[in-house]
Amino acid sequence: MLEVKNLHVSVAGKKIIDGLSLKVADGEVAAIMGPNGSGKSTLSYVVAGRADYEVTEGSIRLDGVDLLDKTPAERAALGLFLVFQYPLEIPGVATMTFLKAAMNAQRKAREQAELSTPEFMKKVREAAAKLNIPQDMLKRPVNLGFSGGEKKRMEILQMALLEPKFAILDEMDSGLDIDALRICAEGVNALRSKERGLLVITHYQRLLDYIAPDTVHVMHKGRIVRSGGPELALELEKSGYADYAEEAA
Amino acid sequence: MAAVQETVDKVKTLDVDAYKYGFTTDIESEKAPKGLNEDIVRFISAKKNEPEWLTEWRLDAFRRWQTMAEPQWARVHYPPIDYQDLYYYSAPKTAEGPKSLDEVDPELLRTYEKLGIPLREQEILAGVQADPNARKVAVDAVFDSVSVATTFKAELAKAGVIFCPISEAVKTHPELVKKYLGSVVPVTDNYFATLNSAVFSDGSFVYVPPGVRCPMELSTYFRINERNTGQFERTLIIADKGSYVSYLEGCTAPQRDENQLHAAVVELVALDDAEIKYSTVQNWYPGDSEGKGGIYNFVTKRGDCRGARSKISWTQVETGSAITWKYPSCILRGDFSRGEFYSIAISNGYQQVDSGTKMLHLGANTSSRVISKGIAAGHSQNTYRGQISAHRKAVNARNFTNCDSLLIGNACGAHTVPYIEAKNSSAVFEHEATTSKISDDQLFYCMQRALSAEEATALIVNGFVRDVLQQLPMEFAVEAQKLIAISLEGSVG
Repeated sequence: MLEVKNLHVSVAGKKIIDGLSLKVADGEVAAIMGPNGSGKSTLSYVVAGRADYEVTEGSIRLDGVDLLDKTPAERAALGLFLVFQYPLEIPGVATMTFLKAAMNAQRKAREQAELSTPEFMKKVREAAAKLNIPQDMLKRPVNLGFSGGEKKRMEILQMALLEPKFAILDEMDSGLDIDALRICAEGVNALRSKERGLLVITHYQRLLDYIAPDTVHVMHKGRIVRSGGPELALELEKSGYADYAEEAA
Repeated sequence: MAAVQETVDKVKTLDVDAYKYGFTTDIESEKAPKGLNEDIVRFISAKKNEPEWLTEWRLDAFRRWQTMAEPQWARVHYPPIDYQDLYYYSAPKTAEGPKSLDEVDPELLRTYEKLGIPLREQEILAGVQADPNARKVAVDAVFDSVSVATTFKAELAKAGVIFCPISEAVKTHPELVKKYLGSVVPVTDNYFATLNSAVFSDGSFVYVPPGVRCPMELSTYFRINERNTGQFERTLIIADKGSYVSYLEGCTAPQRDENQLHAAVVELVALDDAEIKYSTVQNWYPGDSEGKGGIYNFVTKRGDCRGARSKISWTQVETGSAITWKYPSCILRGDFSRGEFYSIAISNGYQQVDSGTKMLHLGANTSSRVISKGIAAGHSQNTYRGQISAHRKAVNARNFTNCDSLLIGNACGAHTVPYIEAKNSSAVFEHEATTSKISDDQLFYCMQRALSAEEATALIVNGFVRDVLQQLPMEFAVEAQKLIAISLEGSVG
């Protein structure tokens, strides 16, 4: 369970998140919707532990463990995964190499033995097949020259391999055509489970047609201004964010 | 990927100042008195029972050296070196050269062990019979100034390959030494090469006869061991017509507070259709985290593609030394000859690197390729200096140069100083250069995938240098990958 309490975050002196509280239970799929600049992506970065964000107040806990004093790697080892809106390119590092380094780093942090090469290859092949990722793509450098759809599929592949306790999907739909969106969403849905919580951050209802949320939260000016069930997303699709902007103001 | 994992483990076990090879072997040494004069030069020559011509050759060099001044053009700064305050000869005490490994001082063998000489070589040193089908490595180990263990001689002899200390070659193959010594790097070449010519201690000699493909990689491990001892390696490799040889050079040095001077000379000669591949992993003590101590490395390495269609390829991974002044070069004399230079130069702490290459196109249809990857971290300064030139007769000369610099942190510097000179209009020279920084976003991305800041940096840097690592023989590539991670340790976070 992810529990964010009264979170206040500034970047270079400017307040971006202003007293945000949020709970996502195990097995729950929560969606956060909101207009541009409402602080959605900042929330995902702060939970994952990116530098340059100053948390002035509040707490973030994953299964009761305080995340704020942990490094991004420690948070990842605890089972936190972020699907990046813009996955980074790493020239010269084969995707396969990267995947193995990540999986073994996680295993090491959990005091598990390293995967043998055959075990690793088997896991990757199976997971890649489900996401229509061809083998030769795994030999290419991480995300280098990948299309938007390829990058996102690679993110979901990593999520499948790292089996997170909790995953945040930051605008997963951006840059995806409808077919790519469907493949990625199916990949995510296959990873839904009773133990795993998901936080789906999106601007549009569209994504939620594919990944059905249990709860929907509307974010504006750095805080949650309304929460409800899936119907809230549909309502937003019709009326837009204007109402909430006024409410919050 | 196992290598990266090993890298990671190794990094974890190290402290910033805990230079791994900072130990001293206690072997009684025999040294010449401090300082340099004609008597010392004669002493060195006499110690080695050298013929008169070589003694005179050294003395000529010494006299020439006295008229020369230390070069000042490199982008490195260091206090003046007192050449009279150094020892120019020291040798581990053994009555005669050992006939087998049993006779080698066990202390020396323990040193190799501590150095982490790859298992294959350790087995060879220990006399273990290896799988005859496995690729073999012959080690000519130089401990301080005198070679103490030479292996695989018999098998090499069968192929007609001569691989021995140069001091031995002077006696056993004087005609070859006399013909080629100083023919690539003349006695008068530069201050440090001239000094080396006067006082060179020992080094490797390789001769590969016509048409022979050397049956194994030739490898030398050497380290500086004696306090205040200048180390003046001299290596000469000759690949006769149509032959091939791959030579590996790797070194580590014990930790010292005083700066140690190292001025080696390496000469390569490739005759018609011959190929020489020379790979170096250099890991000398770089100084402590405040820039104190460390090796001064002033090296002259040059290959002469003397014959038509000959090829010389330099690959280097430079991670150590306080100061590196080194430009492995190729003289492309033979028509259709080819020169290559692949380099990874990493600097951290207060290290200063001024390194690069020269490709001198003299013959027609000569080609060269330069791939240089400089990585600067900490407070270090990392300069690529390269010269590409085409002589009037070098019609259709081709060069491609790519030099990339990667910066880690805000206190280091990367510099690129290319000199490009074409004296005929048919030459085509290409030069590409980039400078980049490891971005915080890249690091964060890797860290979100459970990699620590150091693991992430090592991974990104290994990606950056991949093109060059691929040029190294397999065993060396693994070692180099580890070294890269170790030398960048403490540069992030």
